[in-house]
Amino acid sequence: MLKKIASFLSIIAIILIISGCGKPKTSITLAGSTAFQPFAEKLAEQYMAINKNVSITVQGGGSAVGIQSANSGAAQIGMADLVVLPDEAKSLIATVVARDGIAMVVNPKNKVENLTAEQIRDIFNGKITNWKEVGGDNTPITVVSREAGSGTRSSFEQIITGISLKKDALIQDSNGSIRETVSNDVNSIGYLSHGLVNAKVKAIKLDKTECTVENIVSGSYKLVRPIFLLVKGNLDGENKNFIDYILSPEGQKVITGNGLLPAK
Amino acid sequence: MKKPGFLKKISGEKGVEKILMITAFSAISAILLIALFILNEGLPFIFKYGIKEFLFSSEWQPSKGQFGIFPMIMSSLWVTFGAMIIGAPLGVAGAIFLTEFAPVSVMRIIKPTIELLAAIPSVVFGFIGVMVLAPLIRNYLGGPGLSLLAACFILGIMILPTVISISVDSILAVPKSYREGSLALGATTWQTTHMVTLKAARSGIVASIILGLGRAIGETMAVIMVAGNAVNVPHSPLDSVRTLTANIALEMSYATGLHRQALFATGVVLFVIIIILNSIASTAIRKRKYGK
Amino acid sequence: MRILPKYTQRGAVVILMAATLFILLVLAFIVIFILMKGFSVLSLNFLISSPEDMGRSGGIFPTLIGSAILPILAIVIAGPLGVLTSVYLCEYTRETRITKIIRFATDCLSGIPSIIFGLFGFIFFVETLGFGWSILSGGLTLAVMVLPTIIRTSEEALRAVPQSYREVSFSLGASRWHTVKKVVLPNALPGIVTGIMLSIGRSISETAAVIFTAGSSLRLPTSLFDSTRTMAVHFYILAREGISNENAYGTAAVLIIAVLSINLIAYWTMNRFIAKRS
Repeated sequence: MLKKIASFLSIIAIILIISGCGKPKTSITLAGSTAFQPFAEKLAEQYMAINKNVSITVQGGGSAVGIQSANSGAAQIGMADLVVLPDEAKSLIATVVARDGIAMVVNPKNKVENLTAEQIRDIFNGKITNWKEVGGDNTPITVVSREAGSGTRSSFEQIITGISLKKDALIQDSNGSIRETVSNDVNSIGYLSHGLVNAKVKAIKLDKTECTVENIVSGSYKLVRPIFLLVKGNLDGENKNFIDYILSPEGQKVITGNGLLPAK
Repeated sequence: MKKPGFLKKISGEKGVEKILMITAFSAISAILLIALFILNEGLPFIFKYGIKEFLFSSEWQPSKGQFGIFPMIMSSLWVTFGAMIIGAPLGVAGAIFLTEFAPVSVMRIIKPTIELLAAIPSVVFGFIGVMVLAPLIRNYLGGPGLSLLAACFILGIMILPTVISISVDSILAVPKSYREGSLALGATTWQTTHMVTLKAARSGIVASIILGLGRAIGETMAVIMVAGNAVNVPHSPLDSVRTLTANIALEMSYATGLHRQALFATGVVLFVIIIILNSIASTAIRKRKYGK
Repeated sequence: MRILPKYTQRGAVVILMAATLFILLVLAFIVIFILMKGFSVLSLNFLISSPEDMGRSGGIFPTLIGSAILPILAIVIAGPLGVLTSVYLCEYTRETRITKIIRFATDCLSGIPSIIFGLFGFIFFVETLGFGWSILSGGLTLAVMVLPTIIRTSEEALRAVPQSYREVSFSLGASRWHTVKKVVLPNALPGIVTGIMLSIGRSISETAAVIFTAGSSLRLPTSLFDSTRTMAVHFYILAREGISNENAYGTAAVLIIAVLSINLIAYWTMNRFIAKRS
């Protein structure tokens, strides 16, 4: 009986070891911004269909993960959607591949249509706590924000300055989960990538400007940030090829087709 | 006489013993490695930053270099306490019913069923908490719904299999003679149960609750989904909270330097809490095995 | 006024039965809720096709592979290591202070939150050793996570074997290893297998430690160094990001069915084994 178990286990071990020596394919891992992640997946899929000798994997984790893993080598390309890259990214080569607006979202049932930057600041600081103070119903405001390492959050707080997030704000760990939370809670307000807004949430106007592609391009909508792809060392080889593909008309079509703005 | 070949040598008695010793040594080293790794990253931070500041400050602002985990400690403690209030009475009651009042055939089916349910992934519990429980709390009790109360409830359910399983084992371990003696004196089954059997099984039941608490305080995914993750000392069950485990999970992918060490230090705190809980549980179990 | 004992008994039974029913209802609700909502998506196609559009449509085949290979890797490493360690501790050493400390340490470590193993695995395997987000990182992390549990349950199983069995074997002239191999281990096998099954179940359901070590790639893994997504992680991501609630439920349904089946098979084999031996 024990012999059987032993031989079974050794067969499995051998299989695993053999599979470990996979075909020599260039492997690129991207990690970071959850806002860009779905686009990176799509682009990777299309790129791999054309280039069969490259294998691209996309992980999430937030912009800070992007910078950190590019630095540590856990990823070949880091994705970060920040207005200003922090010091940690100084040694990395940054390429802008897209731009993205940040939409302020509330539940579709919320009747508030517009908020000023001032009001948003006060809401996120906890100075305004009831929707009736900004033209809505008499219900408490539930503030939803991202975790500290999020590029979306950093950009949001850098553009709408003076935010010291109130203590009881809910924290979610990706654009998608903010969207889910806001769509489930009538009293909530959050922010997420313009490219990820869908029918489940309502994007409100910021200072009477709507979050549309035109307004972002023209500059009248203020909450915009670039999406960087970060590479350590030299930008060459397959990394460069993939980034070039993203900047090509084909790649940019994927980006604009789903709500992001082109790099230019 | 030919000297035994290498293969023969290692399958002989001494050889086997050597192999086993090396195996045991490697396994234990691996385990120690982890413990030492975490302590090595976490302890220096605690001493450098100051243990009082770390444990009792409410300011968790990594970007500003502030690492007070008091809100998280309180949240973890409250979540565990709440899970105990919900899970312990239910679990023990269930165990008592299954052992003392239900027919043996019923118990034989239900106990394994409940143990099977311990295998349901915590993310499933968390998701049901988000979709079913949080809206209920928000609509009928107020607050954001993703709250301490939601976490307590979900965790209370999650520890049920642990509590029930071990309590049932403990109650069944009480010698039949105890019950028979009590019944012979004219007591009802319930009187026997709460005056004799439960008293005898007490340490095992306590151990089961403590092990359940250990599971509750260590739970990460379900809590991230339903507790709201606000860095807040809870003032009411409807407040959103962040536990020690959630804090580690939310921040670890991008934390560097001091921030990362702070997360390891949080791990050390969890280590200490688990060790305390385990010590209490094993004293309780030892009491059960060897009598008062 | 004193209530007659027979009435307190009735009252107690009602309360206790209500508690038990409540527990069963809640647990049944969870399982039925998931199975019902996921039922519409379940089909052979769902199981064998790959996800499309980030999981919005298509199947979950790569995640099935991920969910299978990570626990297998973990058990292949931790199983023999753990069982042999407990054999050594139990059969070849005397009960000393050191063994007591070791036992306490493994006890504690089997109760450590999985996120801490995830933290360790991320920093040690993914970054320091440079394995990256991969099956290797995930499997090794899971292995160290379940190792204490396997050591502990195997030890309990070994200790439950009556000393007399060993003594009889020795008195017949058998060596220690021979006794262990032919007498002690077969008798302890049910307990050991339970421990291993528990660990497999825990590995399949594990999410926190896996996301940070094996990553979340949806591509079919072709080598140990590829990232992979398990069903538990896939469910978490689909549900959290609202990508597709139906597919989320479907994944959860498959996951629950898989875990319950494994546990059932474990129970059944164990009972048969015990029956055969006695």
